[in-house]
Amino acid sequence: MTDTTSAVAARIQQEVLAQGPGSVDLLDAPAAVTLTDVAIDFGPVHAVRRVTFPLAANRVTALVGPSGCGKTTVLRAINRMHDRSGGKVSGSIRLGDQEIYGRDAQPELIRSRIGMVFQRPNPFPTMSIIDNVTSGLRFNGIRNKKVLAEAAESALSAAALWETVKDRLDQPAVRLSGGQQQRLCIARALAVEPEVLLMDEPCSALDPISTSAIEETIVELASEVTIALVTHNMFQATRCADLTAVFLLDDTDHIGELVEYGATQQIFSAPSDPRTEQYVTGQVS
Amino acid sequence: MSTDLLEAPAPSGKDPVAAERRQLIQAAARGTLKRRRTVALGIRILFGTCMILTLVPLVALVGYVSKRGVGALSVAFFTHTPTPEGIPGGGISNAIVGSLLINGLALVIAMPIGLLVALFLIERRGPVANVIRFGADVLTGIPSILIGLFAYAIIVAHTHFSAYSASVALAVLMLPIMIRGDEEAMRTIPNELWEAGLALGARQSRVVRSVVVRGAIPGLVTANLLALARAVGETAPLLFTAIGSQLFSLSFNQPMNAIPIVIYQDGTTAFKDLQSDAWGAAFVLMAGVLVLSIIGRTFAARLTRKSR
Repeated sequence: MTDTTSAVAARIQQEVLAQGPGSVDLLDAPAAVTLTDVAIDFGPVHAVRRVTFPLAANRVTALVGPSGCGKTTVLRAINRMHDRSGGKVSGSIRLGDQEIYGRDAQPELIRSRIGMVFQRPNPFPTMSIIDNVTSGLRFNGIRNKKVLAEAAESALSAAALWETVKDRLDQPAVRLSGGQQQRLCIARALAVEPEVLLMDEPCSALDPISTSAIEETIVELASEVTIALVTHNMFQATRCADLTAVFLLDDTDHIGELVEYGATQQIFSAPSDPRTEQYVTGQVS
Repeated sequence: MSTDLLEAPAPSGKDPVAAERRQLIQAAARGTLKRRRTVALGIRILFGTCMILTLVPLVALVGYVSKRGVGALSVAFFTHTPTPEGIPGGGISNAIVGSLLINGLALVIAMPIGLLVALFLIERRGPVANVIRFGADVLTGIPSILIGLFAYAIIVAHTHFSAYSASVALAVLMLPIMIRGDEEAMRTIPNELWEAGLALGARQSRVVRSVVVRGAIPGLVTANLLALARAVGETAPLLFTAIGSQLFSLSFNQPMNAIPIVIYQDGTTAFKDLQSDAWGAAFVLMAGVLVLSIIGRTFAARLTRKSR
């Protein structure tokens, strides 16, 4: 809308174009999670509707869009976090062949396959660093000390925190800095060896240095785990995500909708929907 | 970006109406400063006086009970059972042990129930939870003598005076304080930590145990000790149930002595030596409640520190 935002948009497009032509085969990749015609209501309030897109296996998919358009709501539906807050999910979300909201689906088992990292770092304050990392395994009934220790080292290494904390694993987790706490939360989620990792604006509470460190981690993790990344930051989407889903509010009834899904480069350089173009060029905020 | 911003002249300022308003506000601020300071001083004096008025009865009570009570203390006072008036060397050992036993059993009865009800209140929003919460608030305000009467009607009237009926009465008295205290303590655990636990695939019950109750322990301890401190000094429920005894008893199925009963019964006799025993018992009770509070606070403080 203003000169600054379109300047930002122009820079994003330049960065994207500099990366070369978008690869079309991204769209043919097998899906780890498939959302089909998903709608989410909170009582009488319709939050989002008509959401259909896949999370491509071992890829990073960004969910972008303006505030209040339902991207976090959709993310939380994928591991049934709305069960507690009373949101009603209709349509179909499948993890492989498993219907996540099917009658035989066990929420605990689904959540142990689909991990989550939240907006603000939320380590368990009563637990040490090591206990935080192994908490998911212990919650799921693993007691074997050797397994716990190996999982902890592997998860902390994957989250690029092992070298920092290996000599003080028994210290309280809350003594770590904000960025380190968020890495710890990533490690805690990874320790359960999830197939999918949901990240809800994981850098929004962090400084720029921690942010770029976590972004690097996200890119590295993608080879092992399917990642869905909600972000406000379009630069972050272009830096981290192979694929992007754009959410916007419907103009008339203000219900969130998925307007476009595709390879990130294509979304930012040559969007097919005019509303996406408006959004990525900064004409919708 | 533009370097000329650094060289450009400062913006030319506000419009004249706003500038005039600014002057008016600043003049008013200067003009009323003295009056505002005087009012502030007056309010400080008022609050200071209120604080002293609050502390005077407390200090007077503690001082007076200590003065009259300490004189009654002796080794025999803690180790012997009561003697009839005129015979020296009596003590309240049976009452001290009785108070410990009766309140201990009451704590054992009320603590788990209080915790479970508090968890229910946290997890279930809706009419049932609201009714329970309202009920707990009403129960807090019920005169303790009615709770004693209740225990008398449902237990003692069908059996006989007994220590366990006193424990039931005190448990009923503690319960609402525990429920609301436990609920408050567990509400301090942020929703994000519940979600962190659930997102790892934990069952609800596991999240409650490992995250919520664990994190709320300092608050839970404080709430339960507060309830205990309240119950230890209650007299009316005991008069309907444990009734008191001159004998040393460890049986929950028999009448039992307790410190508040000693204060009530000996304090209202005409005999100087029994009255003195009552003061001694009052001092022991007061010191006990104080120690209980201090233990509770230090325990809570230590746990909080550890978790930092």
